[in-house]
Amino acid sequence: MSIRAKELLVLGLIAVFSLIFYVGKVSGWKAVQFSTTVSIIVILLIVLSLVWILIKTIRGSLIERRIVFLYVGIAVALPLFMSLSQKIPISPEVKAVYDSIGELPAGSKVLVSFDYDPPSAPELQPMAEAFLYYCFVRDLKVIMIGLWPQGPQQANLAIEEVFEHEDIKPKNLKYGIDYVNLGYQAGNEFVIQRLGSDIKAMFPSDYRGKPYDEIPLVKNVKNFSNIDYCFNLSSGFVGTREWVQIAVDRFGVKLGAGNTAVQAPQMYPFMRAGQLIGLLGGMSGAAEFEYLTEWTGKGTKYMLSQSFAHMIVVAFIIIGNVAFFRSGRKSRLDR
Amino acid sequence: MRRAIPLLITGIVGAVFVVQYFVPHYPFNMMSNWFSDWFAIVGACAIVLGALNLMKISIQKVIKRRADWGYAAVIVASFLLITIIGLAEGGDFRDPGTKFDWLYKFVYTPLSSTMFALLAFFVASASYRAFRARNFEATLLLLAAFFVMLGRVPVGYTITEFMPVEYRLSDLASWIMSFPQAAGQRAIMIGIGLGIVSTSLRVILGIERTYLGGD
Amino acid sequence: MEHFALWIGGFLTLGIISFLYKDNPWYKLSEAIYVGISAGYWFVSLFWDNFYGKFWIGVFPPDRVNDAGELVSTGRPDYWLIIGGVLGLMMLMRLLPKIGWISRWALAFIVGATAGLWLINYFSSFIMVQIQNTVIPLFGENYGASSHVIVGNIVVAVGTFAGLVYFYFSKEHKGTFGATARVGIFFLMITFGASFGYTVMSRMSLLIGRIDFLFGDWLGMIK
Repeated sequence: MSIRAKELLVLGLIAVFSLIFYVGKVSGWKAVQFSTTVSIIVILLIVLSLVWILIKTIRGSLIERRIVFLYVGIAVALPLFMSLSQKIPISPEVKAVYDSIGELPAGSKVLVSFDYDPPSAPELQPMAEAFLYYCFVRDLKVIMIGLWPQGPQQANLAIEEVFEHEDIKPKNLKYGIDYVNLGYQAGNEFVIQRLGSDIKAMFPSDYRGKPYDEIPLVKNVKNFSNIDYCFNLSSGFVGTREWVQIAVDRFGVKLGAGNTAVQAPQMYPFMRAGQLIGLLGGMSGAAEFEYLTEWTGKGTKYMLSQSFAHMIVVAFIIIGNVAFFRSGRKSRLDR
Repeated sequence: MRRAIPLLITGIVGAVFVVQYFVPHYPFNMMSNWFSDWFAIVGACAIVLGALNLMKISIQKVIKRRADWGYAAVIVASFLLITIIGLAEGGDFRDPGTKFDWLYKFVYTPLSSTMFALLAFFVASASYRAFRARNFEATLLLLAAFFVMLGRVPVGYTITEFMPVEYRLSDLASWIMSFPQAAGQRAIMIGIGLGIVSTSLRVILGIERTYLGGD
Repeated sequence: MEHFALWIGGFLTLGIISFLYKDNPWYKLSEAIYVGISAGYWFVSLFWDNFYGKFWIGVFPPDRVNDAGELVSTGRPDYWLIIGGVLGLMMLMRLLPKIGWISRWALAFIVGATAGLWLINYFSSFIMVQIQNTVIPLFGENYGASSHVIVGNIVVAVGTFAGLVYFYFSKEHKGTFGATARVGIFFLMITFGASFGYTVMSRMSLLIGRIDFLFGDWLGMIK
């Protein structure tokens, strides 16, 4: 069979597979879930195949990169079908965010800045949902803004999710009184700078166009001095770094943050210096915060896949290095 | 004239933003507020410039039937589709249930998320092929990566749960992040800060002019 | 409509993932759609939030009927915004080769504003505060700090100092200076290793999200 024919066959199989399971989903098929025994068997098979790869690599042939891609896909996908549970340890920086919100009295105004887009949503959306849930449970007032254009929409998605919760529904929270979405404004750190003097100048209306002065929650909020706590969800520029530089260092705001894992290591000096109260770093930070706030979210659900993915990467690095050291030793012996 | 006025603009605007930190009163607070408001509008136009430039190049490609002009036509069509829908929706374009929101959830989100998700595959493949403990420094890098990768996920806690509290992988990862890692980051930050301060000063004083381009 | 939406999402997701096999028309089509949709998304957001929401409403504040049914003005016009609008138009002139040079004025404004703000911000947050937090009593007040804190303070102080010595390239890294720079490299390697570990976590998280969409939301195989 030619390569072209094989490719078309695979495409056909993918289409058929998708159609079967989609029709099954619509017909009410149950979700697939591996029992503990099956999960352990699957794990053993993966380990054995990694041993086979180790042997192959030691013998001098690096496996093709598409095999590595396949392993990554397996490591990420299969745990989503497993029912194994893991204990999630809580890091001090996540606890700091939780405790700092816990200290705020009911009615305090919290400014949440959604500075991310859909690619970062798997890490930051669970944080946003858990954070908003915790704020509403504690009867805090939430003002949402976005310094990225997708931010306000991610905020809406988080609100939709949180409002479905049985603890939140009875509270009957009202838009404009308990929470508001002021939308997006271009200008990066200049927006933060301006919020220090006049929030209304940068956000003259909410994301629907309702004038600032007609929104009960914010009509008496002039600038940062009327805000009790800021929380920033960030995946790049403009983000936590700019919030620290301007909102904290210039205007003395209390700031907590949720960052993608790529950016999180850069925030530790700010935490040590007291510029940042606490940090939710990456999906593990999201899972830890979900645990503390008792919010059932995707952060916790994804942690098994995260564990497997990390172990696969570590395994491949070890395999590559074992082969490297053996080939180095062999060439020294040959000499 | 073509270079003198931009240099003057840079100098005055930069100076106002520096002075307003030390004299946050009239007229500097008023001027910095104006400039911040104008920056929001000019910054938006800079981004729109990029989008319009993309359309200009794509349309030229379609008209002149250059290589892959079909994909350029798809770019233009996609741009027009979401722009027309978004402008027609009005100020409520983001509201759940609008056509714009539909495009955001089911077209934009899958595409942008998957583009970045591809990196997961490449990072694993690159680690397997290139990440070698060739010397002491590389070994240190590798060990730090191992501790953090395993310590930051529950499996690291699970496999070392039997150990005393501060020696578990999760606690070691926390310690690495909070102390040696923070020290290295701090050194990098101070270096970056010094570089930015000197470059900003050169820009404001008109010594650095590369941003103006050639004549 | 939801069925169509999920299949569109699945089709586009698999199109991008197909790049892992090799570059192909399915991937190129998905990529072209992504580029066009992204550009259009930004255009629409900026139009409504910035051009209309800030500039137009700022210069021509409309009269509105408030919740009580009264006709009220939303505020005084801010005519200074017109200068911002003019600068913005200058920026767009870059599209026209003959008068593109005028965009330099708008660019100069952006560069000057950024330079002015960054000069003080970075000096304060990245240099002053960080140094202040490094130059602290290592053993606490009256040697009162716990051993854990003392070790941590020493590690941070030594690591920061050694890292800065490494970045000083005006002097040759020899002798004691060279040894200190080498210690700096060790700390930087730990920093880069930790960053690599977090980068792996971040990239894997993005992939997990996509796989959850494919097997969960689309095919219903996961709860």
